[in-house]
Amino acid sequence: MTPSSPGRTPSSAGTGGDGTAGTDGRGTAGARGPGPPPRPKFAAAARAALTDTRQRRNLRGATAVARGRAAAATAEPADWEALREAGRAIRDETLLGLDTHLEGLERAVTAAGGTVHWAPDAAEARRIVTALVRATGAAEVLKAGSLAVREIGAGDALARAGITLRETALADLVVQLGEDEPSHLLSPAAHRDRAEIRELFLRKMPGAPPDLPDDPEALAAAARAHLRGRFLSARVAITGANFLVAETGTVVVLESEGNGRMCLTLPDTLITVAGIEKVVPTWADLEVFLQLLPRSSSGDRMTPYVSSWTGVTPGDGPAEFHLVLLDNGRTQALADEIGRAALRCVRCSACLNVCPVYERTGGRAYGPVYPGPIGAILTPQMRGVESAADASLPYASTLCGACADVCPVKIDIPGVLVHLRGKVVESRRRRPVPTPELLMMRGLAWTMGDPRRYETALRRGTRWVRLMSRGGRIRRLPGLLGTWTEARDLPLPPSESFRGWWRRRNA
Amino acid sequence: MSAPGEAAAGPREEILRRVREAVGGPRAARPPVPRDYARRLTGSEAETRADVLALFTERVADQRAAVRHVSADELATAVAAALWGREAKQIVVPADLPFGWLAELDGVRALADTPAVDMGTLAAVDGAVTGCAVAVAQTGTVVLDGGRAQGRRALTLVPGYHLCVVQADQIVGTVPEAVGRLDPSRPLTWISGPSATHDIEMTRVEGVHGPCHLEVLVVED
Repeated sequence: MTPSSPGRTPSSAGTGGDGTAGTDGRGTAGARGPGPPPRPKFAAAARAALTDTRQRRNLRGATAVARGRAAAATAEPADWEALREAGRAIRDETLLGLDTHLEGLERAVTAAGGTVHWAPDAAEARRIVTALVRATGAAEVLKAGSLAVREIGAGDALARAGITLRETALADLVVQLGEDEPSHLLSPAAHRDRAEIRELFLRKMPGAPPDLPDDPEALAAAARAHLRGRFLSARVAITGANFLVAETGTVVVLESEGNGRMCLTLPDTLITVAGIEKVVPTWADLEVFLQLLPRSSSGDRMTPYVSSWTGVTPGDGPAEFHLVLLDNGRTQALADEIGRAALRCVRCSACLNVCPVYERTGGRAYGPVYPGPIGAILTPQMRGVESAADASLPYASTLCGACADVCPVKIDIPGVLVHLRGKVVESRRRRPVPTPELLMMRGLAWTMGDPRRYETALRRGTRWVRLMSRGGRIRRLPGLLGTWTEARDLPLPPSESFRGWWRRRNA
Repeated sequence: MSAPGEAAAGPREEILRRVREAVGGPRAARPPVPRDYARRLTGSEAETRADVLALFTERVADQRAAVRHVSADELATAVAAALWGREAKQIVVPADLPFGWLAELDGVRALADTPAVDMGTLAAVDGAVTGCAVAVAQTGTVVLDGGRAQGRRALTLVPGYHLCVVQADQIVGTVPEAVGRLDPSRPLTWISGPSATHDIEMTRVEGVHGPCHLEVLVVED
């Protein structure tokens, strides 16, 4: 169940929207060859998704089921609110003492026979992972559930080194075969239906039986058969982590298919890539998260498989274990006192399933790695708001607040969104050429600073606006104001202002 | 690669410096984490020991795993019956599985994992029989820690069928109780039902990469 996505993004050869070049978070992307064209802004990317009726139907179905399951599972424990509050407090505690916890984690992992690597950015992480895989001499590496692996673009880096990264989770496999981008944290192929998946398997999966039916059981069995031999002969695997226990050096992975267990048990070498925020201070803290995460994400009382390991165990599992700790913009988010709440996230995906915007646009409109409401607050913080695409994410919301209600670690997503909108405006203020919006705001400030000017402007404005209306509403404002009416109508202003009416009444 | 403590101003120091800078100077004492959640089962679920066992049974069955209660002297027969029921010819067991559990096996060959069974054999056997370290009633989970009668993790992963024997006194009520009983330095596997996925149109499918079938025998005295 670990949310996962492919490290290999087919579009990264230069068609944009990929998981590598732009993800360094520190603006180093430009240093490596010709960069991809900029990602579209959210509204532009969403428009394409909105016209895909098949995807909309698939997503509507998937989110409704996921929402229902999580709602039932979280309603069951009488102490749910107490668990959420504990989860929030533990995550905050972790973030405020992150340096100490990371040092403790490193000590414990090393003492248990593992090796810890530190990657300040995606490029360094790619280098570390590629070097580790190369050292084993393997030509193929298996991957289970890791957003971090996708975030650093490990698939492309490995491919350049002649190594194939193979997805093992069913949904990731579908995304990889479809040369597609994941659309959901937990179910990356939520935008595909069974017929599409069957067609993909037939076309792209060697050994798929030609009479493959399109029922989910047969499709899962085909994926099982496809990967079985690879698991048994695997030498290296890469996984993510759900939690890293600082006190004991223990890595915890939750998943449902068993591909994670295969990856972390059968190969000789195991590489785990995890963001530095995945730490929890003590082993006992897991008693909270092992209740919060399964119920909020898949709606299970417990995820089918929860695995944990500490370093290496002789005679059981890999002989070599490497833990790559990834920053890649996380410390940038940590520096923001309000925005850092986003780092509490345990990647359950509950916020996606309740989001009216996500349900319609799907995950790909949100950019490369983290979709949905949490992506809208995480991505701009990790990568900064310099690019138009990243700056558009805090606006990809109606601020309805459903996400905050379901978040198991109580992240006030709407609050952070508003805070980030402020940051976007601030960052634009410093530009040598002011944005049209800023000019307009300055003009408004001047107009509204004087009652005479204000009343004159109001009278004239009303007259003009009423001229533009059709059938009692304004469908399109002229010029730059048109952006505002792109997605909504403006009601007609009354012919008389309140001030005018007041004056007339008292006359 | 940066071995810990290798370079003075390496990536490790860089990340720690950024963290310290981000979090800021002197850290005030923070209020303790509120832990008002339940550590034990409450109410009717936990009135008697039998209630806890009943809850475990119900929750395991909820995940579409077969579960049965047996007495200690019926165990060997129950194990054999389960394996016959699946027409198992050859199974794999941890080297230290209590001999008595397999005493009634007739026509089923049990391979002890000593020396370690090779991957090809492991993939070819019809199942695995193990014990467990702890079981959780609230979530219907069995936890294996590689200790007595459990073997290495691959044994319960590669074969398509896993028969897990749970002693009644290994069943605790809640997740916090289980976490408290387990040793994090051991490799742990929490198993709740068979391998499953919801990835195709949110339809539950059992048996993806892990065992397709899980069966639990609860031994009561």
